[in-house]
Amino acid sequence: MTRPATTAQGRGSVVDRRVTGFGGTVRLLDPAEAAPGVPPPSPGPDRDLVALVEQAGLVGRGGGGFPTARKMAAVAGRRRPVLVANGAEGEPLSHKDEVLLGTAPHLVLAGIALAARAVGARQAELCLHRGSPALPAVRAALASHHGAGVRIGLRQTPRRYVASEESALIRWLSGGPAMPTSRPPLPAERGVRGAPTLVLNVETLADVALVARRGAAWYRSVGDPSEPGTLLVTVAGAVPAPGVVEVPTGVALGEVLGLAGATPESVGAVLAGGFGGGWLSGESAWRTPLTYAGLRSAGAALGPGLLAVLPPWACGVTQTSSIARYLAGQSAGQCGPCVFGLPGIAGALEAVGRGDRHAPAAAAAAGRWSASVAGRGACRHPDGTARMVTSALRVFAGDFARHARGIPCAASRSAPVLGVPGPSEEDWR
Amino acid sequence: MSAVRLEVDRIACRGHGLCAGLLPEAVSLDEWGYPVLSAADLPAELDRTARRTVSACPTLALRLAPSRNPAPSRNPAPSRSPAPSRRGGPL
Repeated sequence: MTRPATTAQGRGSVVDRRVTGFGGTVRLLDPAEAAPGVPPPSPGPDRDLVALVEQAGLVGRGGGGFPTARKMAAVAGRRRPVLVANGAEGEPLSHKDEVLLGTAPHLVLAGIALAARAVGARQAELCLHRGSPALPAVRAALASHHGAGVRIGLRQTPRRYVASEESALIRWLSGGPAMPTSRPPLPAERGVRGAPTLVLNVETLADVALVARRGAAWYRSVGDPSEPGTLLVTVAGAVPAPGVVEVPTGVALGEVLGLAGATPESVGAVLAGGFGGGWLSGESAWRTPLTYAGLRSAGAALGPGLLAVLPPWACGVTQTSSIARYLAGQSAGQCGPCVFGLPGIAGALEAVGRGDRHAPAAAAAAGRWSASVAGRGACRHPDGTARMVTSALRVFAGDFARHARGIPCAASRSAPVLGVPGPSEEDWR
Repeated sequence: MSAVRLEVDRIACRGHGLCAGLLPEAVSLDEWGYPVLSAADLPAELDRTARRTVSACPTLALRLAPSRNPAPSRNPAPSRSPAPSRRGGPL
C-alpha cells in the first residue's frame, strides 16, 4: 500500500514527493525505526555484528554493490581505524541519502555507532555535500545522540560529481582536494590521514542498524535472495510524482516507476544508476529486476538507486550529449584518457546532435572512444560515462540513425528533459 | 618466478609513450598518446624488457603486478619437467 505522498523540497528545480511504503515493507523510512537510540554493546565481542551482516547478505547501497561484511572485516582489528559515513550523494538527480538523513537521521547515527564499534573505530566522519537539505535534521539528531563511545564529526564535502567517490572522500578528509587517488593503497590499509578506513554509504549504515536490531533472518525476509532487503530509489524525470521510494530489492523496475505514477506508455527510456549508469528502453526497463546483477546484465547499473525517466517524444541524442558534456566537465582532470576522452566523446555526440555531414563518423567515434576510456582511470568516472554513452547508442539507435541522415528530431531543439547542473564553480576543497 | 602483468598509475602517467616504444608487444597508445595495456600476463621471454620499460617510465607510472589468473601459468606442469635442472628455472 502506498501511503499518502509527503513533499520534501529537493535541491535544484526538482520538487520531490517522498512516497513511503510499498507492499508493507517500509523499513528504513519506518517512523518506528527512526527513534533515537543505539543498542547497548552485545555480550560477545562487537565484532559479531560483522558475522551478522554477512548472514544478512547486505551489499553496499552507494553504487558499488560490494558485500558490506567483507568491507568491515577488512578493517576490523587494524590499528585505530576510521569510519566514513558517505552521504555526499554526488549524482545530481539522486535524493535518496538526503531523504534518509532528513527522515531517519537517528537510524543512520545508530548504524554509524554500531559499525564503528564492530570494527574498533572510535572516530567516524559523516559526510554530506555542502548545503544539503538534510543538514538541519542531521545537526539536530547529532545534538541529542549518545555517542556510544564513537565520536561522529559532521563534514560538508564539495559539490562535485566525483567528490563522493571513496578515494576522493578520503583524500579530502585528509586535507587534500576531493579528487580520486590511485590504488594501491586500499582504504582499508591506508585511508583518512593514513589510518585504516572503512567507507560505507549512509543507507548501508542504516541497514546495519536494522540488522543489529532485528537480526539477519528478519533482514533477509524481503527482497531478492542474493541481494536482500529494501532499497531507497529516487525516481526522477518525466513521471507524475518524482521522489524517493522504499522498495524490496528484486521487484521489477516497472513497479517502482508505477509508484511514481508512470505507465508503460509514458516511459520512452530509463537512465538507471545515474549519469554514469546506463540507458534501458522503456519496454525492457519495465521488466528488469531492481538488483545490481539484474541491471548490470541489462547493460545499465543500479548505482545509488536512481531511475530517471525520458518520455517517448524526447531526443535521446540531445539528452545523452548534454549528460556527456556535464560528465566531461566533472572530471578531476588527473588521468589522460578521462581528460581527453570524455570531452572527445561529448563533442562527437554534439556533432551527431547537429546532424551535419560529420554525424555518422562522429557517432562511430563516440562508441570507439567510449570503449577505449573504460577501465582506464584511477576511478570509475570514465567507465560510467562510457557505459552511459554505449547504452545510449544501442537504446536510441533510431534517434542516432535519423540524426546521422541529417534529420534531427523535433525535440532536439528544446532543452533536455533531464537537466544537468551548469558548469561547476565549486572548488575541490 | 610467478606470472606478472603490466599496470599503470593513471594519475602519474603523463602520456610520454616510451612504454609503447620499448614494449610494443604489451603496450599500445590511444589517440591521445596514453598507454593501452595488454590485460594478459606477460610472456616469460619479455621479462627483462618489461623490467627495463618499467624503470624507463619518466614518471614512474608503470609497474609489474601479480597475475590476475589464480593458477601460476608460467611454471610448466611437473609431469613435463621430470628432472629439476641443475641450472635452475627456465629463466
